[in-house]
Amino acid sequence: MNRPGRTLRGLAASRRVVIGASLLVLLFLLAFAGPYLAPWGWEDTDFTAFREPPSTRHWFGTTQSGRDVFALTLRGMQKSLVIGLLVAVLSTALAALVGMVAGYLGGWPDRLLMWGVDLLLVLPAFLVVAVLAPSLGGGWPLLVLLLAAFLWMITARVVRAMTISLREREYVLAARFGGASTPWIIRRHILPHLASLLIVDAGLNVSVAIMAESGLSYFGFGVQPPDISLGTLIADGHGTATAYPWLSGFAAGLLVLTVLAVNLLGDGLRDLLDPTLEKGTP
Amino acid sequence: MTVLEVRDLRVTYPRGVRAVRGVDLSVGRGEVLGIVGESGSGKSALALATLGLLPPGTRVEGSVRLRGRELLGRSDAELSRVRGKDLAMVFQDPLSALTPVHPVGDQIAETIRVHAGATRPAARARAVELLELVGIPDAARRARAYPHEFSGGMRQRVMIAMAIANDPVAIVCDEPTTALDVTIQAQVLEVLRTAKEATGAAIVLITHDLGVVAGFADRVMVMYAGRAVETGPVAEVYARPRMPYTIGLLQSLPRIEPDAPRPVPIDGAGGISTGGFPATGCPFAPRCPVAVSRCADTEPPPVPVGTPAHTAACVNLDATGDPARVFPAPAPPPAPPVVPRHERPAVLEVEGLVRHHPLYRGTVLRRRNGTVRAVDGVSFDVRAGETLGLVGESGCGKTTALMEILRLTRPQRGTVRLFGRDTAALTAAERKALRRDVQVVFQDPFASLDPRMRVAEILAEPLLVHGVPRARIDARVRELLALVGLDPAHAARHPHGLSGGQRQRVGIARALALEPRLLLLDEPVASLDVSVQAGIMALLEELRARLGLAYLFVAHDLAVVRLLADRVAVMYRGRIVEIGPVADVYGAPVHPYTRALLDAVPRPDPHRERRRRPAPLPGDPPDPSEQPRGCRFRARCPSYAASADAAWRTLCETDEPRPRPVPEGTGRLVACHHPEGGRP
Amino acid sequence: MAGFLLRRLVNYAVLVVLAASLSYLLAASALKPRANLEDRNPRPPAAVVDAELNRLNLNDRTPLAERYRVWAAGVLRGDFGRTLQGEPVNDELWRRLWVSVRLLTFGTVLGCVLGVLLGAYAAVRRDRPSDRIITAGSYLLLSTPIFVLAVLLQIGAQKVNDTTGLQVFEWVGETAPGSSEGTFGPLGGLGDRLRHLLLPTAAVALAQLALYSRYQRGMMLDVLNADFVRTARAKGLRHRDALLRHGLRTALIPMTTYFAYTFGLLLLGGMFLEEIFGWHGMGEWLVESIIRGDVNAVAAVNCCAAAAVLLAGLVSDVLYGVLDPRVRTSGTTWTARTGRS
Repeated sequence: MNRPGRTLRGLAASRRVVIGASLLVLLFLLAFAGPYLAPWGWEDTDFTAFREPPSTRHWFGTTQSGRDVFALTLRGMQKSLVIGLLVAVLSTALAALVGMVAGYLGGWPDRLLMWGVDLLLVLPAFLVVAVLAPSLGGGWPLLVLLLAAFLWMITARVVRAMTISLREREYVLAARFGGASTPWIIRRHILPHLASLLIVDAGLNVSVAIMAESGLSYFGFGVQPPDISLGTLIADGHGTATAYPWLSGFAAGLLVLTVLAVNLLGDGLRDLLDPTLEKGTP
Repeated sequence: MTVLEVRDLRVTYPRGVRAVRGVDLSVGRGEVLGIVGESGSGKSALALATLGLLPPGTRVEGSVRLRGRELLGRSDAELSRVRGKDLAMVFQDPLSALTPVHPVGDQIAETIRVHAGATRPAARARAVELLELVGIPDAARRARAYPHEFSGGMRQRVMIAMAIANDPVAIVCDEPTTALDVTIQAQVLEVLRTAKEATGAAIVLITHDLGVVAGFADRVMVMYAGRAVETGPVAEVYARPRMPYTIGLLQSLPRIEPDAPRPVPIDGAGGISTGGFPATGCPFAPRCPVAVSRCADTEPPPVPVGTPAHTAACVNLDATGDPARVFPAPAPPPAPPVVPRHERPAVLEVEGLVRHHPLYRGTVLRRRNGTVRAVDGVSFDVRAGETLGLVGESGCGKTTALMEILRLTRPQRGTVRLFGRDTAALTAAERKALRRDVQVVFQDPFASLDPRMRVAEILAEPLLVHGVPRARIDARVRELLALVGLDPAHAARHPHGLSGGQRQRVGIARALALEPRLLLLDEPVASLDVSVQAGIMALLEELRARLGLAYLFVAHDLAVVRLLADRVAVMYRGRIVEIGPVADVYGAPVHPYTRALLDAVPRPDPHRERRRRPAPLPGDPPDPSEQPRGCRFRARCPSYAASADAAWRTLCETDEPRPRPVPEGTGRLVACHHPEGGRP
Repeated sequence: MAGFLLRRLVNYAVLVVLAASLSYLLAASALKPRANLEDRNPRPPAAVVDAELNRLNLNDRTPLAERYRVWAAGVLRGDFGRTLQGEPVNDELWRRLWVSVRLLTFGTVLGCVLGVLLGAYAAVRRDRPSDRIITAGSYLLLSTPIFVLAVLLQIGAQKVNDTTGLQVFEWVGETAPGSSEGTFGPLGGLGDRLRHLLLPTAAVALAQLALYSRYQRGMMLDVLNADFVRTARAKGLRHRDALLRHGLRTALIPMTTYFAYTFGLLLLGGMFLEEIFGWHGMGEWLVESIIRGDVNAVAAVNCCAAAAVLLAGLVSDVLYGVLDPRVRTSGTTWTARTGRS
């Protein structure tokens, strides 16, 4: 690859990072600082306004039962963001652990772990989460664990492949032949090289997790009342989307914006941190 | 008749990197122009610019004329009618240069069809003819094979077949033999010679190997920092070089002849990797031993020296009249150890070492599908203070043997004893302690240093691992840098801020950190530019003498081994076929393989190279996964092929020759039934 | 290759059996079919409920292992048991399977082909306006959950219908009742079906297209400067031809892996579309069955989903072998290819 191409791409990538990051900061501000500005709490009911379109009094309008859509949407967004972040961190950590162990040790631990990965890839994750999340009654923290349990496999595969190639690098061999122990090598030579991949992947997993959560909530298998998320809001407004678009339109718009911001940030970081990484690696 | 003419060619990459800065050249019909230069000299950019294949955004100025027609500034469509027809190119790495998903026959046929508009069957038939011409056996069948099914040498033959498909008037070859073993290089050069004779094309041969140019080119052009610094007939330039860089390049070459002078290192490093060249004046001035103040003023233009065809770009030509006096003579080699070999203790003894890799198919349900006999019973010893060179073609198992020793565990078969201790009996703690005494230097200084660590951290790592107190470490790092001739300021740099030679010095310093007694060197100079190689080799020799080290030295370059090693072991297909003192083995090789290897090395001496046209060793480096029967070398052995004696041949076919002393009592072992080619 | 495929098939079969068994055990232990029967109006006596549950092999008082044995024995005979309503699962399964296939096939094929073409085109036109538009569009689409996308399409369609005053678009169900009895007879029925297919197909195609164009663009960029493309140009091929004949073909190879990975996503997306567009396919059935606690139906759908994912994997393995001569003799699996370049 020639230098100019790389720098051009680097420029585009840093632009994406800046746009994605600023958008994300704004969205976080909106979700967590917005409620202090709003005249209505998310549990308040305005008995004078049922299913009103947006106005100066109710910025995003009201629901059928007179609740303020702005407050509800921000409340749902908070939950979606928190779930997305937690799931991403957990699943990436798990992926790093499994991938590095399998890749560095090789042999039967590798084959066993990768077979487990294959099985989990085939197992219908939707069913497991949909059945377990409501029936175990653990609320949204349980949902986080379940989502994380099904989002790490592909990253683990990538981490494993990278670990295998790193393991054979000459500087790793040099350290090993210098007497360095396995934990030392993983800490000093393998993990630092995986860091950029893991950061990027955690970023992209945020968007996958947010989408998955809202999808599950859409069917009623995700966040359970009284908790609300962007997914439950969109589901509630689904049947009436053409007649009363404000009920779910704002939630849908914010969901798209959030995922877009995370995607821009993650993809941009990937191109910036590791230009040699395949662009489309799943 | 001039076929290809380049005038004042300038190539500027985006961001202002000036790769080629005004180069003139002309090649006539049937003539071969060799272009020599180190990495970063702009020779590849020159080749790509000639064909108009530089990436978009690159500025190319000047003139490129093929048979008088200007090529620069033409559209892609117009150039497409010239490329591959009148002007062809052979690339360096034939694996990545051939499309992996199309059969090679189709790829050649495509070249014909694009230009001649031949029918598909006609083009296919012609492709098979071409494959026969470049010496691919069973061409009709092999035309349907894919690039990955060919060896490196065979792929390069395919590339050449593709280049000559439309009888071009000029062929540009960019490092066509660099990735190949010497034996295969000789074959490919022979094919290129055939191709030249078949088409009468002018050839531009770009290489870093002065030996290849000496034997193959009519004229030579030496490039430095994007300029042609010396041009002339090969014999003239090699005999009477006038530009100090050319002189240094020729003198820095390790030579294989026993009487050759020792290589002279050129100080400093060229290339873009170290921050570029001075903005004004002669770019070579900072490394030049005869630089004067005028050198910094303007860049010298090439001026005729001696014969009219010979030009050199140097302002201080007065000082280069006698090439031998330009560079200071290298320090004499350290005195050899006075203690005779048999009285010195063995630091490393390897007995019947075996390393077989299982060959698997499938990923989840893995099935064993064969065995790669990488190392198949190897025995040798290294005594204190001596260097053993391990040589052979790629895939002969030399690096695998090195890695097996480094593991310090029980080998699959055989024994490895270090300083008298069997590695199979070591506990984990003993193994770690023993690692202080055995260290390794790798081939590629790019790959062997962690790009994220600073030099100081890299050098401190082995010390930390072995519990050296932190207070001692800083002082030791400074000591090590001084030991390998680096500046203390280098400690704060990252590897990418160093030149190739400097990086390799860091690699050597790391290996020395724990004061080992035995150093295993895996091709330590193979990836360095020639002018830098000499410096690293001198350093290795000096360190060995000063620190009393023993070296096990793996290399494919026989000239490097001659300079550094006391003894040499020649490996073929996982076995040692000949081992003995370097002077004896090089002076009078006994095994036919050793003879062929030595013959294949191109000498940077045009007179000798022209007279000496040995028949290249036939065949590819062997596939180590095949089960050998009889002598492993038989299939390529010239003695076996030439013999008519049935009994003589039967012995080679049925019995694996064991190493035996030949001649008795010289410490030489040869594994051949018919040493010295004694043919009835 | 044939031997390799056979071994893959065995391995995949083991995975399907395991995945199906696990999802049965999970569904059988977590879902509450008893509650569904007890909630009926009038509330049936306990003995009747027990008898009904026993008949359907759904009684939570029977040990799980025993229920699994009965279920597995049935599945081995090709019988997935009965639904809570007492209907055979098999009949419903086949009916709904074809609904889902009809819903997804066109959109998938269209999305894959267009995505690959758009991605390749964007890579060739890198950093020009057309590339930026395609890239921005695919980012936006990738960030839009399919249930939002589908609703947006519906709103758009509504607008078109309102402004034209015609029922150009239909988005409820597979077909309107009585459409075959119009002036055009069965032809009208077909037209009506196509009209109903329009929006769901667009939704599937857009989602797939976004994904594939991103991947293909990345792959294509990798081969854009490849040595063999340069060789092709050195042979005299024009830049465009070199890219098409040598670049695109090579860049397609990794897409087979993505196909396998995205197939699961496709099935999930189908669930949302069935829900939103009112198609009575597998996804809708799964959601309903989970809510009802219909263990046998849930297990059957999941068995099919696992089989479908692995089938896609197998197709991907075969395609990979066909496209890449380097693995033709040895073969590789789609999951093992991840992260390799």
